[in-house]
Amino acid sequence: MKFSEEQIHRYSRQMILPRFGGRGQSKLAEAAVFIMGAGGLGSPAALYLAAAGVGTIGLADFDRVELHNLQRQILHRTPDVGLLKVESGKKTLASLNPEVKVQIYSERITAANILGIIKDYQLVLDGSDNFPTRFLVNDACYFEKKTLISGAILRFDGQLSTFKPHAGGPCYRCLFPQPPPPGTVPSCQEAGVLGAVAGVIGILQASEALKEILGIGDSMAGRFLLFNALSLTFQEVKISRNPSCPLCGEKPSIRTLIDYRPSCQPPSCA
Amino acid sequence: MGTSGLQVSRELNLKGKVCPYTFIESMLALEEMATGEVLRVIVDFPPAVCDVPRSLKNEGYEILEVTPVNPTDWAILVKNREVE
Repeated sequence: MKFSEEQIHRYSRQMILPRFGGRGQSKLAEAAVFIMGAGGLGSPAALYLAAAGVGTIGLADFDRVELHNLQRQILHRTPDVGLLKVESGKKTLASLNPEVKVQIYSERITAANILGIIKDYQLVLDGSDNFPTRFLVNDACYFEKKTLISGAILRFDGQLSTFKPHAGGPCYRCLFPQPPPPGTVPSCQEAGVLGAVAGVIGILQASEALKEILGIGDSMAGRFLLFNALSLTFQEVKISRNPSCPLCGEKPSIRTLIDYRPSCQPPSCA
Repeated sequence: MGTSGLQVSRELNLKGKVCPYTFIESMLALEEMATGEVLRVIVDFPPAVCDVPRSLKNEGYEILEVTPVNPTDWAILVKNREVE
């Protein structure tokens, strides 16, 4: 890929990184990353991926920007309240880096449309705020053999992992076979969340996405990271494939996508 | 280091450019060149005389020679090696 003077200037501080160069920058320009949710996790992730020059970013969210989102969803600004989050997000990303193509999906993502959407992307970042979507995204990534970089937050805690069962690692269901019963996990609305915690996990998702695209460093596949902001601790747990996983195990019981019914209380809060 | 008779495949004039762009443009040129080919880079930004060869060496390229060509300009001869 030929770089313009402006592109060299824009990306110079990462192009000089070891083993990055023009080849790394070209890989980013050719990459397409799908981000589920333009909220607390999707916001910082999308900003850093766009800033780094990821060629295509898909942004899916059917919600509109509300005032109480702004405490953590940094893609959106006060004048954006009332806009569709994907429109507001696209505007912010375009002003940060006009080179990035932002594809927006303002429809609800369901079993009926997800496979057709994610097939055009090489990586999926999950920043969704509810378990039905979280399981749908995991199952769709498994069926489409897409690498899934999963983040979750609540209160002062965050979690991060990468799932790529097509490369031998576990999937989300290897850890959590089924969604928890409705009402057993509190929502942000009930439990609250520190905005900066969303930032920490969303940025780690972006960092892992860049590493996966560039093929550098150690993947988070097979590792599960737990973050607590109050104690400022990161704890890493090794995870492996579950032979009795209902999706990717030896005798899978799940062979098609499932639209779980959303509980009235969303269980977590991207 | 004897470099007389060495065939230079490409020359890059980076006069007026500063770091890190001197290094980046040298690297971009090398990435397009075949293994074994030699690039001659001309720089006039004094820190680049040390920094460009060092950074290219870190990336796995072979520095053949760094020589002044006149009171302001330096020539860096670098051989392309396939970088992983």
